[in-house]
Amino acid sequence: MKHRSIKKVEEGIFKGLMIIATLTIVISLFMIVVAIVKRGLPAMSWDMVSKIPSGGFYLGKEGGLLNAIIGSVYIVIGSVTLGLCSSLPIVLYLNLYLSEKSRLAQVTRLSFDVLFGIPSIVYGAFGFTLMVYLGLRSSLLAGILTVTILIIPILIRSIDEVMRRVPKEMKDAALSLGATKSEIIKPMLKQVVPGIITAVLLAVGRGIGDAASVLFTAGYTDSIPTSFSQPVATLPLAIFFQLSSPISEVQDRAYAAALILTFIVLLLSIFARIFSRKFSKNKI
Amino acid sequence: MIPNILRVEKFIDVSAEKLHVEKDSVDLAKANQILLSNKPHIRVRNLNVHLTKNHILKNVNLDIPDKAITCIIGPSGCGKTTLLKTFNRLLQNSPEVKIDGEVLVDGENVHGKNANIEEIRKKMGLLSQRPCPLPMSIFDNVAYGPRIHGIRRKRTLKLIVEKYLTEVGLWDEVKDRLKSPASRLSIGQQQRLCLARGLAVKPEILLGDEATSALDPISGKKIEELFLKLRDQYSIVLVTHTLRQAKRIADYVIFMYLGEVIEAGPAAEVLNNPKQKLTQEYLSGNFS
Amino acid sequence: MNKTRYNKFRQIREILVKNSMFILTVISLVFALVIGTSLYFKSEPILEKQSIGTLLGGESWKPLKGEFGFYPFIMGTIWVTAISVLLSLPLCLLAAIYLSEYAHPYVKKVVYPMIDVLAGIPPVIYGVWGILVIVPFISEKLAPHFVEFSTGYSILAGGIVLAIMIIPLMISVFIEIFDSLPGGLREASLSLGATNWQTIKKVVLRKSFPGLAAAVVLAISRAFGETIAVLMVCGNVSEVPKSVFDPAYPLPALIANNYGEMMSIPLYDSALMLSALLLFVIILAFNAISRLVLNRIEKNFAL
Repeated sequence: MKHRSIKKVEEGIFKGLMIIATLTIVISLFMIVVAIVKRGLPAMSWDMVSKIPSGGFYLGKEGGLLNAIIGSVYIVIGSVTLGLCSSLPIVLYLNLYLSEKSRLAQVTRLSFDVLFGIPSIVYGAFGFTLMVYLGLRSSLLAGILTVTILIIPILIRSIDEVMRRVPKEMKDAALSLGATKSEIIKPMLKQVVPGIITAVLLAVGRGIGDAASVLFTAGYTDSIPTSFSQPVATLPLAIFFQLSSPISEVQDRAYAAALILTFIVLLLSIFARIFSRKFSKNKI
Repeated sequence: MIPNILRVEKFIDVSAEKLHVEKDSVDLAKANQILLSNKPHIRVRNLNVHLTKNHILKNVNLDIPDKAITCIIGPSGCGKTTLLKTFNRLLQNSPEVKIDGEVLVDGENVHGKNANIEEIRKKMGLLSQRPCPLPMSIFDNVAYGPRIHGIRRKRTLKLIVEKYLTEVGLWDEVKDRLKSPASRLSIGQQQRLCLARGLAVKPEILLGDEATSALDPISGKKIEELFLKLRDQYSIVLVTHTLRQAKRIADYVIFMYLGEVIEAGPAAEVLNNPKQKLTQEYLSGNFS
Repeated sequence: MNKTRYNKFRQIREILVKNSMFILTVISLVFALVIGTSLYFKSEPILEKQSIGTLLGGESWKPLKGEFGFYPFIMGTIWVTAISVLLSLPLCLLAAIYLSEYAHPYVKKVVYPMIDVLAGIPPVIYGVWGILVIVPFISEKLAPHFVEFSTGYSILAGGIVLAIMIIPLMISVFIEIFDSLPGGLREASLSLGATNWQTIKKVVLRKSFPGLAAAVVLAISRAFGETIAVLMVCGNVSEVPKSVFDPAYPLPALIANNYGEMMSIPLYDSALMLSALLLFVIILAFNAISRLVLNRIEKNFAL
């Protein structure tokens, strides 16, 4: 009898600890969002999102973040476009031409799992060596290329995950009408449109928030670039650089940028949820 | 071109199953003869299929008659579906699958090195267990096949779509919403749509992989009726696990067990007077 | 005639599409190799001058004098990573058990999206949070109890921020592992009269140990390579840290912080690329091992 009750108590204690652990995690999320909003909201103004900084982003007290907002949008649009162009063919090849157990398919999937885990600073350093080798300076183009490398594993893994679930019968149905494999690409893609959208949202989230990859390659500037060879400002770097400024108005810009970035990321999460209700391993 | 006599034969079989003892043996023999004298449409010779280490099909030799309904019966896992898939080469040599032997369609080996795989598949319409509409509109589903085979003219496509949707009795039901996604149709309608889609590339053979098992009884009956209607124009091969369906519509029956063909012959003969002990036991429900 | 020509066209198109996809796939496969070799070539100059042993073991970092000792940075990385894993592992394990074994589906419905959101927050935001909340907390509330003075920019701050950052990764792999265990396993134990908790302790945890270990390795490698957040809260002093309230200078932060001047000092860029190479090789190995283990588990249990 006594033994029994000890067991009960033990289970109770651990269950309590588990609930506390879960709550801690949930609360820390709220703490982060609250801290960012609390500090960022007072710094927000219409000028913040509609003006570029004047007098230098590090010292100038006037102006806003338009350079970083536009810059991030440029980088993300460019890299997601490039990323989709290179990852869709790979995913299609894996799913159309290779069987699940083929050596090449297994190695490719593993390699993208691994590349997914490589930190962005390494991609940044690699992008930098590539830039030096090609004689480029930090620019919009270099930033786009590096972020593309960063998001390709995300795109491939998450599109592959949904494409693997396309029923074999659907492929068979199209094939049995006499279609060649390249002719069933279109129905295959149509079938996984929600998956592709989710993948793109994930990639946008990662691309827009990553600082280490653009640090070396995109540079930073007060103005909005007009060509691919000019440096470009980005939101994460706007936070990073301006936060270390001694001038409080400049720091305000950093906090406002943090608020904007958090808002964008939250929005992306919500949209991704709408398109895929599943708890996907590709979000981590 | 199925001889009428065979149909009568089968009618007797279905309507009065117990009567088979007194069946007219002369008629039966004659029916068999006619059926087999039809030039076989598909001939399978020494077909062996290995899936990784499992021997799925063991030395299969078969003739599938032209313009008739052939039912492949047998307990689940006996290789029926695998056999069907070797016909249009949806199962082909790969690291996991090893196929030996020949499947001759109109004399051409499907698994030969120089076989034009798309042309072969075009010859054979496939109806799978669950209907698989492609992710596009009703119209586009039927037009998909003709389109990939090079038909671009809108008017021709419209005519084709109407013709085959009418053929499967779907035209009146969907003619006002051809542009809506095929996935909105009911399962039974979807299966008929898939049949129309298959017919639209003008096949000579129809393959059905338990094509009615996922449907409600009424939709299933409609599909069966369509098969009966179509058998004058197509050679139809159906994998079925309901014996009753074979009894209702089969002209020719193949019984498989553990990857081997145990018995094959005209429906009346195999279903009523099986020669093999295994077939007898299966038919009497001793295993399934 | 037209028909056969069209078919010919289709065949050629098929071959073109297939082969270009194949080539792209193969290129993507050698990509890791390209990264590795290019970083290696960049770090070769310094490897020729000094042995890898003196580089890794050296304590002095004076680029102007040509002294490149990585030891403080390596120690900084290890400290920060160790603290983050120590903090997040128990949290994740308990929460994952709760979510997969006890929690009401409704709770899961609320918590899972939150974990997703946590995973989606960019590192730089975690860094801002660290500066706003964690650093002052350490310097004003926590540190005075232990040491005389700390700015708050410290190993502990980096560890806490990183711990929160790796929680989503760790917890979702944990949950996936628990969920992939065959249900019969639990029923077998429960039907022998074991309580829920005993079943978890004796069966679930034991059976999923390799997967959990792989997940932890995955989380370690994530923490290892994290840059901006630790750069913002760790203090960045190139000395071997002595306590958790000391500042530290992890390897990724070193790379990120010095890219500006690295081209102007001889061998500096080479030294930084060597640290990038180190990160790359270590994380590549960690990731490959844990992914292989996780893949195997998925295959064995996925039925």
